[in-house]
Amino acid sequence: MATRSLREEPAAGAAPDAEPPVTTLPEAEPERLSAAYQSWYRFSRNPTAVIGAAIVVICILAAVLAPLITPYPSHVGAVVDFRARHLPPSWEHWMGTDNVGRDILTRVVYGMRISLLLAFVVLGVAVPVGTLLGLAAGYFGGWVEVVIMRLTDIALAIPGLVLLMAVATVFSPNLLTTMLALAALWWTWHARLIYAITRQLRSQEFVEAAETLGASTFHILFREILPNCVSALAVKTSLDCGFVILTGAALSFLGLGAQPPMPDLGTMVAGGTNYLPDYWWGSVMPGCAVLVIALGFNLLGDGLRDLFDVQEIR
Amino acid sequence: MEYLVFLVRRLLWSLLVLFGLSVVIFVIARGMPGDPARMALGPTASADQVAQLRETMGLDLPLVTQYVRYLGGLAQGDLGRSLLTGRSVSADISDTFAATFELVLATILIAFVVGLPLGVMAAQWKDRWPDNSIRLFALLSAVTPTFLLALLLQILAGYVLHVLPTTGRLPIGAGFSADITGLVTVDALLKGNWAILGEGLRHLILPAFALAAASVGQVALTTRASMIDVTSQDYVEAARAFGVPERVRVLKYMLRPALVAPMTILGLSFASLIGNAFVVELIFAWPGMASYGVRTILQKDLNAVMGVVMVSGAFFVMVNLAIDVATGLIDPRVRLGGRS
Repeated sequence: MATRSLREEPAAGAAPDAEPPVTTLPEAEPERLSAAYQSWYRFSRNPTAVIGAAIVVICILAAVLAPLITPYPSHVGAVVDFRARHLPPSWEHWMGTDNVGRDILTRVVYGMRISLLLAFVVLGVAVPVGTLLGLAAGYFGGWVEVVIMRLTDIALAIPGLVLLMAVATVFSPNLLTTMLALAALWWTWHARLIYAITRQLRSQEFVEAAETLGASTFHILFREILPNCVSALAVKTSLDCGFVILTGAALSFLGLGAQPPMPDLGTMVAGGTNYLPDYWWGSVMPGCAVLVIALGFNLLGDGLRDLFDVQEIR
Repeated sequence: MEYLVFLVRRLLWSLLVLFGLSVVIFVIARGMPGDPARMALGPTASADQVAQLRETMGLDLPLVTQYVRYLGGLAQGDLGRSLLTGRSVSADISDTFAATFELVLATILIAFVVGLPLGVMAAQWKDRWPDNSIRLFALLSAVTPTFLLALLLQILAGYVLHVLPTTGRLPIGAGFSADITGLVTVDALLKGNWAILGEGLRHLILPAFALAAASVGQVALTTRASMIDVTSQDYVEAARAFGVPERVRVLKYMLRPALVAPMTILGLSFASLIGNAFVVELIFAWPGMASYGVRTILQKDLNAVMGVVMVSGAFFVMVNLAIDVATGLIDPRVRLGGRS
């Protein structure tokens, strides 16, 4: 629909007896399309990006609509039905039931809520903080750069899972500490990315021109440099959503994240390991759910990278 | 000479990172709410007992003094006393570290022995089916949770096919002590004990491959990218023009500079590898630092947990230092320009 209205625009302003350009110059068509439509066109021609986006959208929709679409919403909490213990996957229970007879599909969909929430909160903190510090370090240089970049080096040397073990010793482990600890380590990756781009841009002509014209530092950082980081940041953030979810699941698998009866995917996998190999679905199904979400964000990130033509991120 | 300067610079830098890590750990341990002595003794202990433990732990001293003491201990390899085992934390960790080290070493070995040829193959047959399948493998290995892969391998190879042992380093009652290097496979080799070597390897295969899968994909992808990058360089074209044989051209002129990128990326991602090693160790009941770490966490044994974190961080720094040394040897540009 969008193509059609755009195509007709120039014809409306032309002389009434002129030939409509639509049929005569079909190859000139893409140039008249809006930038947004062009992006969408290229995006939709990229199968990995479309599959990734579809997985992500389906997961988010399923998580948001969980109470409406899951077959047994009450099974999220501490429900016990011993007659239905360890039922294998069937039409009634697509992913089977767990050791107390709860529907695993229901709990997996609710578990995706927690995984997605974790990713959004962690990146919601880490991306702005990392971006600001990366901009500052790259643009100002000097001691600001030394302090910030050395901090990121130290943070990179701390194994996230292991540090969380320390945090879990001091606090009682729960979803909130997981989020805070992950965010406290994760900003470094974004700071390094933005730092690298800012360093390259700092000496570019358009930045020097803005400086010469007396633009404020605020203007240069957020109006000149930041817009050039957006595509790289989008790719990185999409990829990171998957990796935050993987890390969070590993943490709760170790018992250091969300606690039962909260339906967390990693916790569910850990709970299922007691009943391996006979009742394999209790661990494998939630584990596969983690894989699918991570795969979706990864494909989406790869697709965005091709779309924006961003080089060398991760 | 430049190489020596490069080494000294990297060494000083590693020390600085370790120092920063010690500050972070100390702040987490002491700066958080709650009294470590009270946490260690539990709610039933009397106020006198708590006060006594506070004094022996040095908790009533000023924070800076406490930190200096802590740092002094660290420098001598003293990580304090474990409340759980009653032994020194360094002794506890050195008992368990060898198993973790063996697992991680095997993982790095697999990552390069499998990942490098895959990356070279992918670059040679760019956009053909070998390349596409290797890239698909790299994608899947990156997004598969380590615990899922470990559990699937355990179920398949251990319970369904019954071909490999699923837990431990050696069969129970094997009666072999790895007292030379601490690594079962290496010690068995040194002592010429082939039966134990075979058993050790059989036990090592599943955990090592579960842990290595992601790194294999990562090494393959980065090798592929840098091989493709190198292919269009003038000196490679020149080698081709001079009629240097294909094998020599690929292995000597292309693979050698292309080695730096996968090594660097492996060093950077080594922190997450250590974290995943903990997951793998728990699933395969591998007697490394993870089981010690998890047990001490449950007992709120702060000294022991801080020790585990510090040793893991130091392990990361050492591996990265080793990688810097190796990449400096392989590629002169690294030691001349430094790594940004």
